Formats: sequence, structure tokens, C-alpha cells
Amino acid sequence: MYSRGLKPLSIATVVAVLAAFALVFFYAPVDGDQGFIQKIFYVHVPMAIVALGGFVAGGVMAIKHLRSRDPSWDMRSYVAIHLSIILGAGVLITGAIWAKASWGHWWVWDEPVLVSFLVVFLLYCVYYPLRFSIEDPERQARASSVFAIAAGAFVPINFMAVRLAETFTHPRVLSQTGGNLPGEMRLTFLVSIVAMTLLFVTLWKLELTSKHAAMNLKRLRARLATVTAS
Amino acid sequence: MPALPLDEAGKYVAGAYVVFLALILIYVAIIGAKIARISREIEELTAIADSRDEAERERQPA
Repeated sequence: MYSRGLKPLSIATVVAVLAAFALVFFYAPVDGDQGFIQKIFYVHVPMAIVALGGFVAGGVMAIKHLRSRDPSWDMRSYVAIHLSIILGAGVLITGAIWAKASWGHWWVWDEPVLVSFLVVFLLYCVYYPLRFSIEDPERQARASSVFAIAAGAFVPINFMAVRLAETFTHPRVLSQTGGNLPGEMRLTFLVSIVAMTLLFVTLWKLELTSKHAAMNLKRLRARLATVTAS
Repeated sequence: MPALPLDEAGKYVAGAYVVFLALILIYVAIIGAKIARISREIEELTAIADSRDEAERERQPA
């Protein structure tokens, strides 16, 4: 069911990731201000954008679940949030590495982008205890969906709040004027975002395939138990 | 802060990309192992269920 198209998608993802890496290290120029360390930008920022997009997508899928009562939408929402949390951990680690190299500190508390991302990450870390503290599958799915919608709505609000903040240490890369990236850097950045999005979708489908197979196994065990009992 | 020299910046850049690749590879390995185990178990259980169903059909009068 979910494994349909997974093979070509995986191949496209590998090609896109390799192309992004090649552009980062052989095509994009070295930044005049930050030097070679700026190369972290091409993995850190796309990962952050895709993670935040995944949280919002999880919220949209949760809306679909509440509207249709179809548990498969809850599963899709859960996997999207789960993957976004993993990418979020990557964002925080790569961000800390970049901060140490650029500013001399692993973490800077007065940087609104860093702190706001941490707030979003910690908010979503609550999702697991909330979800797995409820045993009844229907109630679990409903409560998780409500959380995913509320938290998903918080993500764009948080993003806008940071944009409106006056102190702005992070460079603005996505804006109506196209940001302040030169052509080669912008192309590399866009390819990196495409590669990261493909990676997210591939991993999302892969985990859904795994969950679907696990559910089939459960059904099969139940079928066997019935046969044995009779 | 002034830009770091290439030899020093390289360590940080390599560190960031290694973190990214490690996260993805560990994730794929875990999911891959899960899928392999589940597929194996499904095949085994399907074979058992099918043989039981067949035995059941043979027991029933025509």
C-alpha cells in the first residue's frame, strides 16, 4: 500500500542528495564573510525548513484524521511528526556546531531563531508521552490529532514571530525579494531543499510501510490464535 | 568573529555532515531491520495459517 513508488522515489532521493553534496562542495563559492564554515548552512537550513514543514504536514494529516475518522491518517500524522523530531534533533546538533565555529559558543540564548526552534522541538517532544500514555487506540489517535493540530498551528505563528523580531543575527534566505544569496549559492540551497524534501518523503513512506507490515502481522497472529482456539 | 581557516573550519563542516548522514543511516538501518523481521514473520505465519486452513478443509466432509 505505502510501498508503491518507493523504489523510484529512493533512487531520486539518492541522486538529489548526491547532487546537493556535489553542488555544496564543488560549485557553491566559499562565503566571503564566514568562509568555509558557511557550508553547514546547506544541510542545517533545509533540514530545519523540512522539519518545520513536516510538523505542519502532521497537523494537516491530523485534521484529515479527525474529519474522516480513518486511523491511517493518524498513522501518517504520527510518522511525519516522528521524522520531523529526528530532523529537528539534527538541526539542533548542526546548529550548535555552526554556532561554535561562528560565534565561539555551542549555544546562544539571545538568538531568537535558535531559541524558537528549541521551543518548537521541545513542544513536539511532548507528543510521545501524550500519545503512548493512552492505551485505547481510538482515544490515543484522537488526542494525538488534537495535539498535532494545535502544535502545527503554532509552528507558522512562531516562524512569523521570529521574522518580526528586531534583532536579526541569522541571514534571511527566503523572502519576497529572493533573499540575499548570490546565484550559485541560491541554486545550491534550492537543490538542497529539494533533496531534503525527497529524503523526508522517502523515509516517511518507508516507515509507513514498516508500520503497515506490522499491522498485517498483528492481524495474522489474531487469525492464527482464532484458528488454534477453535 | 573572523572566518576560521580552512583546516579548522573543515572539522566543523565535516562534523555537521557526519551528524546528518549518521542520523539518516541509523534511521534507515533501524527501519530496514524492522521491515525485514516483519516480512520474515509474516511469511512464516502465512505458511502456518495456510497449512492449517488446508488441513481444516480436508477434515470437512465433501
